[in-house]
Amino acid sequence: MNKNRNKVKEPLNDTQLLMTITICIFAVMYLLAIVLLQGGFLHAQQILDMLNDNASLIIVSCGLTIVMIGGGIDISVGAVTSLVVMSCVLFINKGGNPYLAILLALGIGLAFGAVHGFLISYLDIQPFIVTLAGMFFARGMTTILSVEPQKLDEEVFNGIHTSIKSDLLGYRAKNGNVIPANMELGVVIAAVCVILIFVLLKYCRLGRNFYAIGGNQQSALMLGINVKRTRFATYLISGLLSGISGYVLMMHIGAGNATNAAGMEMNAIASAIIGGTLLTGGVGNVLGTVFGVLTLTTIKKIVVTSGLNQPYWQSITTGGMLCFFILLQSVVLGKRQKKKKAS
Amino acid sequence: MQEECLLKLRGIDKYFPGVRALHNVDFTLRKGEIHALMGENGAGKSTLIKILTGVYQMDDGSITIDGEAVSIHSPQDAQNKGISTVYQEITLCPNLTVAENMFIGREGGLLVNQKEYKRKADEQLQSLGIPARGGQQLGSCSLAVQQMVAIARAVDMKCKVLILDEPTSSLDDKEVNMLFSLMRDLKAKGVGIIFVTHFLEQVYEVSDRITVLRNGELVGEYLTKDLPQVQLVARMMGKELDELGDFGETDSAAGSDSPVFYEASGLVSEETNPFDFTIRKGEVNGFTGLLGSGRSESVRAIFGADKVTGGTVKVNGEEVKISRPVDAMKKGIAYLAEDRKRDGIIADLSVRENIILALQVMNGFFKPISRSESEAFADEYIKALNIKTASSETPIGSLSGGNQQKVILARWLLTHPDYLILDEPTRGIDVGTKLEIQKLVLQLARDGVSVTFISSEVEEMLRTCSRLIVMRDRHIVGELKGEDLNQAQVMKTIAGGEA
Amino acid sequence: MKDGSKKFLKNGLGQLTIPLIAVALLVIFNLIRDPSFFSISITHNNVGNAVLSGNLISIINGASELAILAIGMTLVTAATKGQDISVGAAAAIAGSVFVKVLKSGSEISVGMVLLAFLCACLVAMIFGAFNGTLVAVFNIQPMIATLILYTCGRSIAYWINGGATPTVNSPILNAIGSFAPGIPVPTPVIIVIAVTILFKLLFHFTSLEILTQSVGINQSAARLNGINTTFIKLLSFILLGVCVSVAGCIGVSRLGLINHETLLLDVEMDAILAVAIGGNSLGGGKFKISGSIIGAYVIQMLTITLYAMKVSSTDVKAYKAIVIVLLVVIGSPVVKERFRKIFKKGKSGTKGVEAA
Repeated sequence: MNKNRNKVKEPLNDTQLLMTITICIFAVMYLLAIVLLQGGFLHAQQILDMLNDNASLIIVSCGLTIVMIGGGIDISVGAVTSLVVMSCVLFINKGGNPYLAILLALGIGLAFGAVHGFLISYLDIQPFIVTLAGMFFARGMTTILSVEPQKLDEEVFNGIHTSIKSDLLGYRAKNGNVIPANMELGVVIAAVCVILIFVLLKYCRLGRNFYAIGGNQQSALMLGINVKRTRFATYLISGLLSGISGYVLMMHIGAGNATNAAGMEMNAIASAIIGGTLLTGGVGNVLGTVFGVLTLTTIKKIVVTSGLNQPYWQSITTGGMLCFFILLQSVVLGKRQKKKKAS
Repeated sequence: MQEECLLKLRGIDKYFPGVRALHNVDFTLRKGEIHALMGENGAGKSTLIKILTGVYQMDDGSITIDGEAVSIHSPQDAQNKGISTVYQEITLCPNLTVAENMFIGREGGLLVNQKEYKRKADEQLQSLGIPARGGQQLGSCSLAVQQMVAIARAVDMKCKVLILDEPTSSLDDKEVNMLFSLMRDLKAKGVGIIFVTHFLEQVYEVSDRITVLRNGELVGEYLTKDLPQVQLVARMMGKELDELGDFGETDSAAGSDSPVFYEASGLVSEETNPFDFTIRKGEVNGFTGLLGSGRSESVRAIFGADKVTGGTVKVNGEEVKISRPVDAMKKGIAYLAEDRKRDGIIADLSVRENIILALQVMNGFFKPISRSESEAFADEYIKALNIKTASSETPIGSLSGGNQQKVILARWLLTHPDYLILDEPTRGIDVGTKLEIQKLVLQLARDGVSVTFISSEVEEMLRTCSRLIVMRDRHIVGELKGEDLNQAQVMKTIAGGEA
Repeated sequence: MKDGSKKFLKNGLGQLTIPLIAVALLVIFNLIRDPSFFSISITHNNVGNAVLSGNLISIINGASELAILAIGMTLVTAATKGQDISVGAAAAIAGSVFVKVLKSGSEISVGMVLLAFLCACLVAMIFGAFNGTLVAVFNIQPMIATLILYTCGRSIAYWINGGATPTVNSPILNAIGSFAPGIPVPTPVIIVIAVTILFKLLFHFTSLEILTQSVGINQSAARLNGINTTFIKLLSFILLGVCVSVAGCIGVSRLGLINHETLLLDVEMDAILAVAIGGNSLGGGKFKISGSIIGAYVIQMLTITLYAMKVSSTDVKAYKAIVIVLLVVIGSPVVKERFRKIFKKGKSGTKGVEAA
């Protein structure tokens, strides 16, 4: 009897349900891309390119996912990323060691995270306002550092712009040469971040506490969770990841510019939402977010390659896609609630 | 002092800005006893409990656990010292699993072992007979089960002191009995239980000792068996009992020949089965049945609060369509909702604004009630219903439960309804206000207003209603009036015995 | 009388304390830095009108769009407990429609401008209704619902005018964007006053205020009191749409052209900020329009002060952020509580009448 009980298959919870939908839609999207546009999307390099271009977006989206699970919002991530890129480029160009720049990146990220976390959890100020101020500050600091774009020295850039090449995943060009598949180091870093955060959210006490404070803050307090410290941690992690993201972006583009990562925060929020994270908190999954980024990118790629190459089509379809996912979530979760009531 | 004292509170003082919430309160809890903490709203029960659980800090006094003086800084701290609390409102996280809700926030360490949690939770839940699985998402359980999970959590923490703050208000009789047997089990294991409730019968059923508070001061500590129920009520209210009984007999024949005001046939909403219902002018009737029997859902259907899906409704003999609350209001129907906090008060708005709200909606969007007019209305009803508030501009959220309820009542009275539906108007409010509300209901009926009165206390309904509609499993199973209106008959009908 | 003033202090000023302190601090700071900072002079513009000029005028003038948007944003915030982040994008759309209609005619007459404005207004209201439907009918959080339009709004604006940034030149637009002949006060300022009065009248002749607050504070209770919560939320977004179109048209008139990329860029953040600085909770419920308007002027005053201190326009953001943080920290309940305790300890016994 007891054994039977343990074997009862639990229905998907909200988090899993939303993520499953996203993964399915990503698969459909990708298949559609293969069918519609042939060729390109069949190559491993296509996926790798998507990852190469979006490694830093994946990293910040993960941080944002954590904040959103905890019931908050952090709209400073893009600006902090941009500031980190600019500072690291200037630091390296002034003769700093590229590896020491990692510390600088982490430091800036952590500093932003700590200030945000302190103001939001210990002084009880609305997260939107605090991180908005953080965003302004980071953008402003970036232009104070340099209004002109700053390029990394060619030599240094080649040094850190390392990538992993694989013949196996490569494809044969028309002239018969094998062009090896090429994955940048940033993707590896992003993957490590994703795995670490996945473990944190699923198996660590702190991660479970994030869900608790997002689900019901008052309850979490009564359950003996240190809500303030936990919330502080969400912003700290988000800040840290923005720092990492900045370094990864620098490795990818090798130049600091005031417009770097413009609009990244909204892309990150959109990815998290498409990935099944609710802004109300308590529901979300980092893997879903990764698929959110990929889905968003696939759509943009489809739009571009299918001939609608004016820039505005990209954002219009992104908007439409977002609209679709948001409505889907609302309908699915709404239906569930009704079912629960009836039972 | 001879018995083993588990918890001793001495000389507790607590001040809030402008208010003295507790003054020199003593409280003693012994090992293996169920100790009821009684008092009207505003007596200081919740404050005392919040001090015990570390939500508030006391301003003066001492707390001793097992003979050791302690101070409690936070809910976490209280848990560590062996004090667990189950609150009236569910204080768990609906988005986590049952198992996680039982174990989260309890120990340090970096990792959590979900499997182990699930196994331990299943064990504990089974041994307590709670119908939930560890792996289930808590939000998918009924409120009653969620409450029991909260208790399971406390039990699993091997608490020395278990505080149950109004744990039974959302449970039905079967579940209450389950809870009581659980409490007795724990008592046998030497846990001291502090039991706070408004249900007097439950106090006598389960508790060993009673401490009574009034206006933030200690009235006394008594053995339950030495304190008759009437005495308890008198102590809580500080009045002699004669005053309580003082409101005329219900005239059970009242309204039996007056014209029908409201008539529904085959009325069905998303939450109910089809049912028929009529009420005459000046009649007071009641819906009774266990929680979940459909009594609240039925009146919600009458008011159009849930989506109405079928049936015909006649008001004053004229067929009308009521599909939204505003339709009902325009037909002279008013509805005081069951859950005051969720469906009644607009917490941040002032008493004045809360009072005029319903009338304002009825007047329409383009006819705002002027400031002076609304002030006059507010003052009138504050006086008429004896609402205790600093001014009409005080936010309603800062009033006590009973006074909030009166404000909501005033809101509906101001619309001069022909038919007033009161769903649990006396839940969670003090005895004095309860009586005032009952008197008011009878007064309204005499003035020709039809009233439907719902209460989980059958006695209260017997006192006010001339007709009782009994529901079970979302069906009307009986209608009692005249001689049949007595406790035994009601119980019999609810339980489903042949009449 | 004494009772009344006390009440005012307690209820009226309570919420406005922070924005008024901010205004006072900025004024004092500027006066110390440059005693003639707020001096107003009468100059003649190129059309030959006698017009007022000076820093104060440019502050009040420059904040016009923001103040108008802040009014609508306050309503949305109060009713839906969330914010519309698409106002900038929607204003770009409204502006594009405005220009498109103006361009379609042969000459720009007053009637034409009026027609163009009405079209822009209608379009903005439709987009507002779109946002409102997502929020009110589908129960989607406002920030997420409006994220859609935020993402694609400026692209839609681009598409309306076929990717160009057309210019429109007309004395009438000039009169709207800067000074009307014979009136020394900038027209946008007059428009702000007009919009404010319109909203005040709206609150006076309808029960919108109490209904909106009720919906924002306790939706469930509001519904059971017969309030059509869907309608109220939808209405708040539609009213914001009206504000957006007014702001968009002022923006276009100022420049005489529509640039979908830069028109009212980042204004959504400022508008939300104005609401918050005005002492309104971003969590909805009770609100004060006047607070938000003052909030808008605080932001503009801050910006102009920074410009006056030779801070470049791109760097302004960083300083703005610092001031915002300072303001919200002072306004934070936790900090207030601390201060009160310190204050009480220092003055125990005497009955201190705090500003709050």
